[in-house]
Amino acid sequence: MTVTDSIAKTLDARNLSCPLPIVKTALAIKELASGQLIEVLATDPGSTKDFAAWATTTGHALVESSVDGKVFRYVLRKK
Amino acid sequence: MTATLTRPELPTALVEGLDDPVVEGSVKPKELVIVAESGDLERTWATTILASTAAAGEMKVSIFFTFWGLFALVRPEVRITGTNWMQKMLAMMNRPGIDHAKLSKLNFVGMGPWMMKKLAKQYGVAEPRELLEMAQALGVRLIPCQMSMDMMGISADQLIDGVEPAVGAAAALELMTNADASLFI
Repeated sequence: MTVTDSIAKTLDARNLSCPLPIVKTALAIKELASGQLIEVLATDPGSTKDFAAWATTTGHALVESSVDGKVFRYVLRKK
Repeated sequence: MTATLTRPELPTALVEGLDDPVVEGSVKPKELVIVAESGDLERTWATTILASTAAAGEMKVSIFFTFWGLFALVRPEVRITGTNWMQKMLAMMNRPGIDHAKLSKLNFVGMGPWMMKKLAKQYGVAEPRELLEMAQALGVRLIPCQMSMDMMGISADQLIDGVEPAVGAAAALELMTNADASLFI
């Protein structure tokens, strides 16, 4: 399933290495209101586990974790 | 015969908060303290990566900068720190500022760090300065060591914005003993 509706913000974290995708997402999600969605694009293969772990730690909901070719897409709902 | 039973005195820290309402879903955030003792590039990198990632994971993070680690907090435009010739000599031989950190091994008069930073750029790895700025934006506390500042003749106005007032070893130890994890880097 691809979540497309009501994405409040997109963060392009492609070609960035650990820990930048997570750190930049943490900074970006601060700007959102509770319940809003953020989409993150990344190419770091380690990011799949990182985003799952980060969502568990912080309590933001990871509503999508998918991959298209070499690009990973994460959609998170701010807690 | 009567015995008087008195309620034992509880330390205030224990009594306080006993009647506080429990907020649903609230958990005490984990706390990380890093003692940044080294000014070496690779260690400064490790410190800033861990601090920014921990803060991104909503941990409370404090970094205590001491000895050579303190040089990472010196403003980029400050070339020489110190008031006497020895302090100035030290700053001349070891330029302060996070962008001027040297590698502990394979420094080769700056060739090593230059190559490392070139590779970092190529592979999308943020430099320590960038990571430190993001860490600050995520609420990481930067705390300089008073003794190191005195000994190396560094004044508070020579440090980057957002740095907290300098503290001593006892205050740093208090932070560490209350934290869930402390690292000496």
